[in-house]
Amino acid sequence: MTEHALSPAGDDIEYEIVDVRRSWLKESVAPLLTFAVLLALWEAGTDYFNIPTWLLPSPSTIALAFVDWRGELWNHSLTTLYETLIGFALSIGLAVPLAVAVVYSPFLRKSIYPILLAMQSVPKVAIAPLLALWIGFGMLPKILVVFLVCFFPIIVATATGLASVPVPVMDLIRSLSANQIQTFIKIRFPTAMPHIFVGLKIAITFAVIGAVIGEFVGSESGLGYLILVSSSQARTPVAFAALTILTMMSIVLYYVIEFIEKITVPWAVST
Amino acid sequence: MEKITLEGLHKAFLTPTGRTVALQNVDLKIAKDEFVALVGPSGCGKSTLLRIVSALIRPSKGKVFIDGAAISSPSRDVGIVFQQAVLLPWRSVLDNVLLPAEILGLDMKQARARAYQLLEMVHLIGFEARRPNELSGGMQQRVAICRALIHAPSVLLMDEPFAALDAMTREELGFELLRIWAIEKKTIIFVTHNIPEAILLADRVVAMSPRPGRISEIVNVDLPRPRTLDMEFTEKFKGYSDRVRAVIDQGKEPRELTREIK
Repeated sequence: MTEHALSPAGDDIEYEIVDVRRSWLKESVAPLLTFAVLLALWEAGTDYFNIPTWLLPSPSTIALAFVDWRGELWNHSLTTLYETLIGFALSIGLAVPLAVAVVYSPFLRKSIYPILLAMQSVPKVAIAPLLALWIGFGMLPKILVVFLVCFFPIIVATATGLASVPVPVMDLIRSLSANQIQTFIKIRFPTAMPHIFVGLKIAITFAVIGAVIGEFVGSESGLGYLILVSSSQARTPVAFAALTILTMMSIVLYYVIEFIEKITVPWAVST
Repeated sequence: MEKITLEGLHKAFLTPTGRTVALQNVDLKIAKDEFVALVGPSGCGKSTLLRIVSALIRPSKGKVFIDGAAISSPSRDVGIVFQQAVLLPWRSVLDNVLLPAEILGLDMKQARARAYQLLEMVHLIGFEARRPNELSGGMQQRVAICRALIHAPSVLLMDEPFAALDAMTREELGFELLRIWAIEKKTIIFVTHNIPEAILLADRVVAMSPRPGRISEIVNVDLPRPRTLDMEFTEKFKGYSDRVRAVIDQGKEPRELTREIK
């Protein structure tokens, strides 16, 4: 049993330090520094070339807009976040069960996939005005756009994952005469989990975009609405502030999903 | 009475490129607690034969009897070890071993006690909470053996279980298997393409030839137990090895026939 007899060689030798864990701080230095330099260049550039604020505001004027408009920005952010999360949750709630049905029914798979593909091929920007026409200007049409953009990546990833049980594992489970429910709970679903998270991560980045598309078409609130209104009124710094929040929201949501992934499917993330 | 009886087994596949006869007229009787090795080159149908015995696939013709009863579906009195360990990456070592017990609805308290006992037998105590990806290939295959034995089957089917391991680990696991088999008697069918491994482990070596897959010779290995590694250098061992190799070579092209049949 030499393979797990790892005893230290002694104190008299010099150990080379092997640390595979990377420090969060060390990892962040390079991107943060790059970002800071870009911001400084932007600030200096707008100042040096005397670019008018309505055309391209400097980072400092955007920061000021953050402070002056914090109440508005906060409320509109909540609207967009709400639409995004509800649409995303709705998409998971429907796509995952449908993926299960598709995996177990070849008929369903053959009939639903072409429809899904057609749905996915239609530009959501083109559907958004129709949704507004049919269900008005409330939150619902935005939630539906989010739902639509998230649905495809989630169902495809889930169905792929559920169908990706390796043949030897199926042999093993068949040799034990496991029933369908046992096979699903103990084998199929855990096998699909890492795939599902890939779908969720793709979907969440689309989700925020979907909400903004919905808001662009017609609404009275949300960050998309705020961008539209403030740029039409030449309040460009506010538009930039809203844009910054949207970007942050997308990134944060992505990392939230990744964090959930790390704690639910640790076997697939780390080695 | 025989533990396992194979009666006139045929297996043929019809593919778009034509018909393939994977097994032709295979008859074999295996006694209770016997260790039988199926050896042959790739394409001789040895794995197909094992899959038929485990009822994962049906024969085109013929029957398999275990304890006198013809089998049509996987028996819970059988444990299987595959070439790959096939461990579930999200389960700990212990939970992987316990998987059959969960599926077969065994008493989990007893199963846990047995799992610890099995893990101790393969020197894996202390690793029961680890995930499979933290283990070496040899350790993973040990876990797979424990999993195959958790429900105390009387038949153990092994499909090239050590083929993916390095030579030293392979020898180590071979002897470990013999030790387990000495403690818990089982009827073992062990598929391999490694002739010395087959002779060193088995009571009988069944040599198979390809195209069509068939049994060409059965060699009784009359070496004392417990087997040791230095038996490989005895004249008797070499005699068995040459005989098995010769019948396997018979199935190949004449120019490859390098040894004479003794």
